[in-house]
Amino acid sequence: MVAAAPLTTPPTLDRARAWAAAAGVPDPEIPCVTVADLGILRDVEIKDGKAIAKVTPTYSGCPAVLAIELAVEAALLDAGFDAKVERVISPAWTTDWITDQGRQKLKEYGIAPPQKGSNSKLSLFGETVVACPRCNSSNTRKISEFGSTACKAHYQCNACAEPFDYFKCI
Amino acid sequence: MSKSLANALIALGDDHLILGHRLSEWCGHAPMLEEDLSMPNMALDLLGQARNLYTYAGELEGEGRTEDDLAYLRKDREYKNLLLVERPNGDFAHTMLRQLYFAAFMQPYWQAAMQSKDATIAGFAAKAVKEIAYHIRHAGEWVVRLGDGTEESARRMKHAVDALHIYTDELFTVTDDMAICIERGLLPDPQAMRAEWQNTIAQIFDEALLTVPEVAFPQEGGRDGRHTEDFGHLLSELQYMQRAYPDMAW
Repeated sequence: MVAAAPLTTPPTLDRARAWAAAAGVPDPEIPCVTVADLGILRDVEIKDGKAIAKVTPTYSGCPAVLAIELAVEAALLDAGFDAKVERVISPAWTTDWITDQGRQKLKEYGIAPPQKGSNSKLSLFGETVVACPRCNSSNTRKISEFGSTACKAHYQCNACAEPFDYFKCI
Repeated sequence: MSKSLANALIALGDDHLILGHRLSEWCGHAPMLEEDLSMPNMALDLLGQARNLYTYAGELEGEGRTEDDLAYLRKDREYKNLLLVERPNGDFAHTMLRQLYFAAFMQPYWQAAMQSKDATIAGFAAKAVKEIAYHIRHAGEWVVRLGDGTEESARRMKHAVDALHIYTDELFTVTDDMAICIERGLLPDPQAMRAEWQNTIAQIFDEALLTVPEVAFPQEGGRDGRHTEDFGHLLSELQYMQRAYPDMAW
């Protein structure tokens, strides 16, 4: 945790510091990645002495949305900011916003990261090849379109038999 | 004007809340674990969409009604959802067919709503259109699998079509409030979805070895607040906590 500090630093530094504080918040359901890795932290700006974080939900009904917003607010407060979190709906979040680092972390955690190019109909309706996060084999099969959370599907590897989550493209 | 938009959004929100509630009734009772995850997942999408619609409708009304007031504290006649979405779950074939009928309508509807002159509605639509793509694929695959499955699954799927197809015409109802919003480019015209809906259903039914029935007497009334008997039972469960412990919160 960053200790509370008085707001004496110049605005640009403040903004960078506020971003760093908010960006480090882990996703409550997939704690291996942060809100910045997932691309759901859209921006942090300093306005009238307040740090305003803009957060976008992954799915309309994602139950983690409120928990994420509260955690981001708490992280900003801990960093000494007067904080506010705004929910932005447009433009709609896409899995394309997950950073390369985020994808790598998901894979190491055992979740197959989503394909890029999620906005095309092909990736929604075409057969996607999903590589096993354990043995990298692309010989896998879909068990269920819907997995343990709204954002994941359930797969199994035909090569090593590992059951795993696939982060769905949207 | 904003009153008409609020009313139209509440009707749309009611469709999503009630269908989401019906799907969530399956939680813990699905025929297999994967479906026990799928149906609550889809219910969650629908509830999230309902929350967006209710919250925005409440703001437009300007009378201080929240999403919770709209979801929990109205009487049966004040809900304007389609009869289709309140139909009981029946067996798994009924549930999947009901889902397909609704998703095949909402997919082109949300697609068109992305062009709304109201930026908030366009934003909701851009989000929902991606979610509904999964619903239509999932429900469509099951309708094909059951329709073109065993003798028993085909029999049940045909039974579901007989029971539910009579409720589908109401999808295309245009209320007075909707008409005002359509004219101003705020919401899509449900009538404009009819061709694409029929086309989607015809394609899937063809694969599922099902026949699209002729409906002599389409059933409707939900958009006017006239519901089926089953709706009261649904509300008694949906509203139980708020009715038993008014204004409770956690």
